[in-house]
Amino acid sequence: MSSITFDGVTVRYPGAESDAVENVSFECDDGELVVLLGPSGCGKSTLLRTVNRLVPLAAGRVRIDGNDVNALDAVELRRSVGYVIQAVGLFAHMTVAQNVAVVPSLRGWSRDETARRVDELLRMIGLDPAAYRDRRPSRLSGGEAQRVGVARAIAARPRALLMDEPFGAVDAIVRTALQRELVRIVAELHTTTLFVTHDMDEAFRLADRIVVMRSGRVEQVARPQELFERPATEYVRDLVHAGDDVYRRYFMRGRALLRGLAE
Amino acid sequence: MAELWAHVAQHLTLAGAALALALLAGLPLGVLAAESAGLRGGVLALAGVGRTLPSLAVLMLLLPWLGVGMAPAIVALALLAIPPIVISVDLAIRGVPAAALDAAAGMGMTPLQRFARVVVPLALPVSFSGLRTAATETIASATLATFIGAGGLGDEIVRGLQTDDAALLFAAAAVVAALALGADLALGAAGRIVAPRT
Repeated sequence: MSSITFDGVTVRYPGAESDAVENVSFECDDGELVVLLGPSGCGKSTLLRTVNRLVPLAAGRVRIDGNDVNALDAVELRRSVGYVIQAVGLFAHMTVAQNVAVVPSLRGWSRDETARRVDELLRMIGLDPAAYRDRRPSRLSGGEAQRVGVARAIAARPRALLMDEPFGAVDAIVRTALQRELVRIVAELHTTTLFVTHDMDEAFRLADRIVVMRSGRVEQVARPQELFERPATEYVRDLVHAGDDVYRRYFMRGRALLRGLAE
Repeated sequence: MAELWAHVAQHLTLAGAALALALLAGLPLGVLAAESAGLRGGVLALAGVGRTLPSLAVLMLLLPWLGVGMAPAIVALALLAIPPIVISVDLAIRGVPAAALDAAAGMGMTPLQRFARVVVPLALPVSFSGLRTAATETIASATLATFIGAGGLGDEIVRGLQTDDAALLFAAAAVVAALALGADLALGAAGRIVAPRT
């Protein structure tokens, strides 16, 4: 469906002394799930937010399907790209269904079509439409709220999905479940996805490819396996070997095996 | 008794008109304070000063410009009602969660859509509490309008004082209190319907 290309992307916030993102170039292929990994303040969220133009570029270019995002209408662009944030940001005055229906209604879908889509999405994220449709966000658990956040982002069939530490605020068990569902949903919808996290394990669990960032720059872009076997810098090596790397090796082997079975 | 009802009507007209005027001025000022960091300080300082002015002083200060009667009383009462409205609207808008605004922008709402569909409904409950304060204060203060010949229940109270009629004095004061409480309860109920706290 869509590819996202970063070409010499540079961002500097007003009044800052250095670039928040410095000369970043890589490509996220159609249907690929690319994880931006790095410590807080490394510029990964900033880079993500250049795609839907919530952050302006100082230099360089971001393209979706070859189209320069700066040449597109910002509002139209944002309606065609799903966006999920850690704080979820559900609208407290709307029901679950109304939250999920925001972008479809902005895009002028009919009432019937929207209602059908909402039910379909609630089922997809594992929430019974009859029980959840008319609930207020205040009556959802953290995990349920973020599921609704994901449903809202993919409601109008976006051509790309931007996720900014979406599972950072939920507990470990729920996080694992959400990660599993995300992999399933992204594979099912074949939606090109950029996913920001500082959590190594999460990155390794989800990513087709990982972009390792540090102080606004890219250290390495590689498949998870490759990061292990051929870390490009000292920093990447320390990063992948920090913590439970035995577990990660097993995990990747399992994943590779599953991929082989699927193909 | 008929006279009392006429005074009640007059009292409510005074307070209602003042409140409407205060909303007309206070809502935009509150939005301005919340949306413009540069103007917030000035607007809120002015509102703060407005809150500390004694009601009677405001009535008297306006006397040289607006004379006596309903009009100056309404203006003076409106001036008293504006500060709580400005302060609560500013507070309400700035209390809208940043995450909701970020999500709204990221989903492709225009600034106007963001304001109408996200900011206003989420700011309504807190703004409504400011309106309640303004309404009770206005109804209570409208009693003073009698001193510039604007009528209202203040007339009855003053008459009670002058004729040493304690029953009349207390009856009129009780009616003012009942009106203020009634307005507070009614607006509270309306607020729960229009803007349910989530």
